[in-house]
Amino acid sequence: MTGAQPPGGITLADLIRDGLTPLLDRADPAAASGHEPGQPRVGFFTDTSVCIGCKACEVACKEWNHVPEDGLALTGMSYDNSVGLGASTWRHVAFIEQPRRGAEDPAGRPDGEAGGEMRWLMASDVCKHCTHAACLDVCPTGALIRTEFGTVIVQEDICNGCGYCVSACPYGVIERRPEDGRAFKCTLCYDRLGSGLEPACAHACPTESIQFGELDELRERAAGRLEQLHRSGVPQARLYGEDPADGVGGDGAFFLLLDEPEVYGLPPDPVVTTRDLPAMWRRAAVAALTLAAAGVASFAAAGPVRRR
Amino acid sequence: MAECHPVGFQWVMEAKARGAKVIHVDPRFTRTSALADVHVPLRAGSDIAFLGGLINYVLSNEKYFRDYVVAYTNASMILSEEFADTEDLDGIFSGLDQERRFYDPQSWQYEGLELRSPAGERDQDLPDGAGAADQAGVGQAARGEAHGSGGAGLPAGQPERDESLRHPRCVFQVLRRHFSRYTPEMVQEICGIPPDLFRRVCELLTENSGRDRTTALVYSVGWTQHTVGVQYIRAAAILQGLLGNIGRPGGGIMALRGHASIQGSTDIPTLFNLLPGYLPMPHAATNRSLDEYIDAEATSKGYWANMRAYAVSLLKAYWGDAATAANDFCFDYLPRLTGSHSTYDTVMAQLAGDCKGYFLLGENPAVGSANGRLQRLGMANLDWLVVRDLTLIESATWWLDGPEIDSGELRTPDIATEVFFMPAAAHTEKDGSFTNTQRMLQWHHTAVEPAGDARSDLWFAYHLGRRIRAKLAGSADEMDRPLLDLTWDYPVSGALAEPDAEAVLAEINGRNADGRPLSAYTELKEDGSTSCGCWIYCGCYAGGVNQPARRKPGREQSWVAPEWGWAWPANRRILYNRASADPDGRPWSERKALVWWDADRGRWSGHDVPDFVADKDPHYQPPDGATGPAGLSGADPFIMQADGKAWLFAPAGLVDGPLPAHYEPQDSPFSNALYQQQRNPVRQVTPYQHPGNRMQPSGASPGSDVFPYVATTYRLTEHHTAGGMSRSLPYLAELQPEFFCEVSPELAAAAGLEHLGWATIVTARAAIEARVLVTERMTPLIVQGRKLHQVGLPYHWGSVGYSTGDSANDLAAISLDPNVHIQEVKALACDIRPGRRPRGPARLELVAEYQRRAGITGRTGMEV
Repeated sequence: MTGAQPPGGITLADLIRDGLTPLLDRADPAAASGHEPGQPRVGFFTDTSVCIGCKACEVACKEWNHVPEDGLALTGMSYDNSVGLGASTWRHVAFIEQPRRGAEDPAGRPDGEAGGEMRWLMASDVCKHCTHAACLDVCPTGALIRTEFGTVIVQEDICNGCGYCVSACPYGVIERRPEDGRAFKCTLCYDRLGSGLEPACAHACPTESIQFGELDELRERAAGRLEQLHRSGVPQARLYGEDPADGVGGDGAFFLLLDEPEVYGLPPDPVVTTRDLPAMWRRAAVAALTLAAAGVASFAAAGPVRRR
Repeated sequence: MAECHPVGFQWVMEAKARGAKVIHVDPRFTRTSALADVHVPLRAGSDIAFLGGLINYVLSNEKYFRDYVVAYTNASMILSEEFADTEDLDGIFSGLDQERRFYDPQSWQYEGLELRSPAGERDQDLPDGAGAADQAGVGQAARGEAHGSGGAGLPAGQPERDESLRHPRCVFQVLRRHFSRYTPEMVQEICGIPPDLFRRVCELLTENSGRDRTTALVYSVGWTQHTVGVQYIRAAAILQGLLGNIGRPGGGIMALRGHASIQGSTDIPTLFNLLPGYLPMPHAATNRSLDEYIDAEATSKGYWANMRAYAVSLLKAYWGDAATAANDFCFDYLPRLTGSHSTYDTVMAQLAGDCKGYFLLGENPAVGSANGRLQRLGMANLDWLVVRDLTLIESATWWLDGPEIDSGELRTPDIATEVFFMPAAAHTEKDGSFTNTQRMLQWHHTAVEPAGDARSDLWFAYHLGRRIRAKLAGSADEMDRPLLDLTWDYPVSGALAEPDAEAVLAEINGRNADGRPLSAYTELKEDGSTSCGCWIYCGCYAGGVNQPARRKPGREQSWVAPEWGWAWPANRRILYNRASADPDGRPWSERKALVWWDADRGRWSGHDVPDFVADKDPHYQPPDGATGPAGLSGADPFIMQADGKAWLFAPAGLVDGPLPAHYEPQDSPFSNALYQQQRNPVRQVTPYQHPGNRMQPSGASPGSDVFPYVATTYRLTEHHTAGGMSRSLPYLAELQPEFFCEVSPELAAAAGLEHLGWATIVTARAAIEARVLVTERMTPLIVQGRKLHQVGLPYHWGSVGYSTGDSANDLAAISLDPNVHIQEVKALACDIRPGRRPRGPARLELVAEYQRRAGITGRTGMEV
């Protein structure tokens, strides 16, 4: 555990000098956080093209993690009554109804060809466990930590409810529970991983839409699935969050989508909100040094005069 | 399937990943449609027209699997000259008794068979007042479900055949003529399916059937819960028979069940008219002795010819040493049918004051059964009611918070029914087996002890019997002998004195004269030397091993996976799999090889356990007069059928016709476009005439336009049936927190409904309210030239639980399929209007107003 220490045993002086850039370049965030190397990074590949919207992931997550019920409100958003990820919804299945073209005349629809029919997209969303996790960067108490598996979790007994992480998350995942004050989110079932079990949601998923595993292997699997879909005439299929070169350094939980990310309520180009922090710090440091230098210079310049 | 069977749907997804095409036929666009290659929206209640259209396409385009059809089906059988089809009689078959509303099936028989006196005549010597629903005769009322493991018997004789299939009275030609008007245009007219979409389904289906390919059909209660439900399945069977898709890997007709062990509950039945293993429950008048019972019910050929061995072994399992050849093996101890005692007849008997006590074990009829109001009023007329369930369900609380309390029809202080609630243990809290739709038994073990007073059903049944027997001990009354002579000696263990479920499994499996477990039903004897609680389950405890508890992973065994659980009969995974090989015993194709004749060893061999006499040569011909399995040839794969054939035409066994014909639902806004006959002429409605069960005018009848829409009921993934297992759980209730109705944007605009607003849905039985979900997933259809809007109604809700709401089934009438007494809840003509329903007595007044507007009387909809 790295606690409140800046990750990787880096000192404030290092940060002032180099910013966060060296950390961001490291492929192994767990090791970068000071964990013993050797434990491969794990994550989720959620293939929404085979999601049947059963919500078993939502229920299994709540059962395992004792996440409370989150209100009985009919939202009218298709079959989605849990609305989005939050303190009490760590897996969330989105339902997107896309009416067929030419819906005016039901008899005039194309002869059942894919693309001509109505689409009902279903996708199970979850914390992305970012390679560059802003929530973790901004947490002042060290409640948010990077685990040895490369995942990001909140330690409930340390969180003080400051909420910095909430505004820092580029996906709007982490949230404070109003009646409690502390922040909660998916732990990727940290307590199951330690016992060699897969997370509850992946275990419950009947169609292998949620796949758990070592991230490198998941990325290979996803590339293969994408190619298969493209070959079989689903050109809209795309991967989301799997690219280590993206604004968060790639997600530990990434997705195969059948439409633009915005359609699913996902940001199209997420950027770690602490990305500019080093530059800002550098500028602040330069400003401070300049000020200090100016001060020194002014004294240096003034010295002889006074002496005079 | 994705909606109601998400776990099973993983295999559909796996097939899809391997290239299978998935076609989904449903009035609504559901989670299944979302994953299907083709979605076919159709009018609820029109599937026989759709399936008939497919059959017509197969026949008229020569797409059937000819070798299979000639050898393995009854296509070549020649029918009696007396048979008249719906094409001859404008929608009815020969033999209809209009007055008594039943068919005499005599004229449906094959030419060349001696005719038996029909069931209706046989039943005339029954006592008077034999029950509400026996207008069609007890024999018919009680026999429809008795074919869960094989077809009806046939009279003696050799039917005439024409293997060229050209004889004008052969089944094949009769079939061709019967379905000739089920054209794509007619399918469009009745179902609202555009011809190009229909053609695509025809092509996908036929391209994927034949020697090298097979297609599976999967259905659920969307097909069965109609006044012609059984004929829906018959239509599917004809289609699959013609395409050669039965008894072969990847083929079949899969019935998805609504609960974990519904298959088990008919195998070892909870139905009034069955004994274990589909042995019929004896009649009071016609099955007076064991001989008479066997003579009347057994077939002369096939495995049902051995019925006496199955029945005697069952009686030995029930009454042990007390059952002897001298006393007919205690056959007289069995209860007798005096009429239909189906669930709806029981409700009518409650309303009439004849039925005084009621056990509800894991059933919530106040929400789950048709016409909930009559269900509740019936229970309010009981002396006592026992409810065993996980939570306090509506069927246990209607006297306190039911809709009739709100409407003022019932007052709690006036209700005399004494209600006993017995908390039940969940499946995780007890040992036992589930039997799934593949007839596979899978064992589950107790994970935790039940909390508080909760007890398993086994505990309840065993200790109830034990206490009753203790009270009767020493009785000299002959009436008490059946209870006192029962074998009732199961070992118990633990603080709760829980009976040993495996001991029950062993009893079901059966024992030989030495008390050792039997290993196959072929070992059963008719001399009383064997006992067996359910002959088709014989072998599930072979070698004293709990076979259903086997859990060898699929990757460690063959693709048939015979060592996972145990499937009846004899651990066969695909029934009638002799049909996977050609008449000479060779697989139809290598790709679809399952079992085959090994000439060198003189035995059947293959991946699955062959469903055939193991050493019967494919070229075996039965000698004259041969009976039982030996009476069928080596090329007759359907060994539970009296003639070894798949029945395209059912000469016996069905009470509403030998072929499926499209009839409109009981309450329909449309006239029957195919025949003058509007509805199934022998559907069961007259026994349920009651002011609370009024029917609606249909088609062109005046008043029909008062109910212009069609509602269909269904389940959501998030909830379970009548809600007892899901609405009480916050994690599930929050996912679908309120009762809603699904309507298209066009219907919303036409009826003035607002998204998330309220709607009131009205039939001649009830007015209920629901939140409105406007969705493009509901498709208006063009039916008979006009636009039809359908209303989707998930039926999970009721007045108690974490999430509450009105019950959709309150809208439904008690109008039943005559074969199996299932209610028609999948196609209901209704009205929908904006706003909440009235409160208090005004709710009944609204329904009465609709009845007046539509001119409804007690005779409405009662026509033959």
